[in-house]
Amino acid sequence: MRILCCVKRVAAPGAKINVTADGLAVDATHLGFATSPHEECGVEEAVQLTERHGGEVTVLTLGPPEAADQLRYAASVGAHHGVLVATDGSAWDPQRTAAALTEAIRGLEAADGPFDLLVFGNESADSGGFQVGVRVAYALGRPIVNGIKGIEVDSETDGGVVRARREIDGGFEVYELPMPAAVGVKEGLNLPRYPTMRGRLASKKLEVAEVASGAESGGQSLVRLHRPREAVTETVVLGKGPEAAPAVVDVLEELGVL
Amino acid sequence: MLLVVMEHDRGSMDEAAREALTFGRGLAAQMGAPLHAALIGTDDAQMAGEAGAYGAEAVYTVVDDVLADFSPEAWGEAAAQLIRRLSPAAVLAGGSERGNEIMAQIAARLDLPLVANCIEVQPDNGAGEWTMTRQQWGGSLLEDARLESKLPLVTSGLHTLAAQPAQPAVDPTAEPVEVDLDPSLARTMVKDRVVLEAGVTLSTAPVVIGGGRGVGSPEAFAPLEELAAMLGGRVGCSRAVTNNGWRPHSDQVGQTGTRITPEIYIASGISGAIQHWVGAKASKHILAINIDPEANMVVKADWAVIADLHEVIPAITEEIKRRRA
Repeated sequence: MRILCCVKRVAAPGAKINVTADGLAVDATHLGFATSPHEECGVEEAVQLTERHGGEVTVLTLGPPEAADQLRYAASVGAHHGVLVATDGSAWDPQRTAAALTEAIRGLEAADGPFDLLVFGNESADSGGFQVGVRVAYALGRPIVNGIKGIEVDSETDGGVVRARREIDGGFEVYELPMPAAVGVKEGLNLPRYPTMRGRLASKKLEVAEVASGAESGGQSLVRLHRPREAVTETVVLGKGPEAAPAVVDVLEELGVL
Repeated sequence: MLLVVMEHDRGSMDEAAREALTFGRGLAAQMGAPLHAALIGTDDAQMAGEAGAYGAEAVYTVVDDVLADFSPEAWGEAAAQLIRRLSPAAVLAGGSERGNEIMAQIAARLDLPLVANCIEVQPDNGAGEWTMTRQQWGGSLLEDARLESKLPLVTSGLHTLAAQPAQPAVDPTAEPVEVDLDPSLARTMVKDRVVLEAGVTLSTAPVVIGGGRGVGSPEAFAPLEELAAMLGGRVGCSRAVTNNGWRPHSDQVGQTGTRITPEIYIASGISGAIQHWVGAKASKHILAINIDPEANMVVKADWAVIADLHEVIPAITEEIKRRRA
């Protein structure tokens, strides 16, 4: 199988995000960076699929030159190739990002043949546009379903199908996409592995292929980033031990949930 | 006319659709335009009536074999054709997982920008530009954005406003619309559904008992389970818990998990990292149990118990038993 994963470099999840004085970017001074969580699971799934079915995983990212770190990380957990669409570090709008990724995938497929599966994150952890994967899949004529938390590849049926599970309230839906296909995946698809020492060595040897993009800006543009006003809550402390239980139950009674 | 694409599952309306109609009503008023609604894959009269209850003056319905169950490509194509036919001034959907997906399909097909998860929209000021405030990082950061588009496509951030019926309700006209859908669009239709549990789920539960790293082990969730069962609620957890493999990811509350909206969220042993907070903040009330009085979750809670959850949770359960006896 030939699998392509698109990943995005984002500030490490969990950190408090501050904004630069001009409001045009996230203040990276005290931030670590990581692969957006949905996509980290996407890479893990792609590696597992090639471990089961054979083949190779190519990881593609669009971002500043430092985004090569995320390609190396992917290589340290089993990805085979890394491709960077380098930007100047400014935020690209979703249409421009999708156009650039489509262009890059077309180039990779023209050189080495089609990918059986394209894996996108459902949405990026930072800008959260909820659309890049869908736009790329549509441009390339591939079926895509978002919200995927389970993937099985069946190469026997009708020239190959991807059985994909989407979590819904109280259960899941099953989709059967003819290959070549695309999926938008979510965290929970798997528990990503940690890099091994051998993986780290492999990642150092990864040759990051760089491609340029001539994609033009779309219709959405950033004016400024700011932190939401948080309502100040007066927290009522009900107690400092198990003796607070009656007061807690009084609250539950008052809210009518008892 | 502002068109709202209503989210539903086999004719059952999603809360995101009510929120979108509420958001759309305000936006339509600002635009000086009527509010209309689109129903893809159903012509259910009750849903059309509900659209009227939320202020839609006309409801367009599209029914076809390839729309019989949810299929992002077929629904997106049907909506795109409907939009070409109707030429609305703008299109809006609720920013749920399906809502954002359908709008992305529409945007790709019409080759137009889509601005997802807006909390405020200022329609065209006459200069051909819209401005909006949208959510980044699940809502922990906001982006003011500018949109240049001949047809603005927007989704409203999930649970960022409460659904409110129109006063008075409208009796909408129902208009079936024919579209031309290629049968191959059925390739992304739901093939099968598996129900793992009936009844209340994490996203609908009136009470959620949350556990974080402080719970300590998978087994130590048993008292949380007991309390949740007693209150007809569900157990939720933080990302640290699922990363440790203590609970399935479907229990995770947060930016990469479930957005909960209970009457009360009892967060125990949860520090309240930003990624968890964005999934919990739509709770109507929050009670935190934590040994750290400075924990983010405690500071943001309505009530707190500053103590060890392993002692407090069983004591609450016992107190409920005592009062019910």
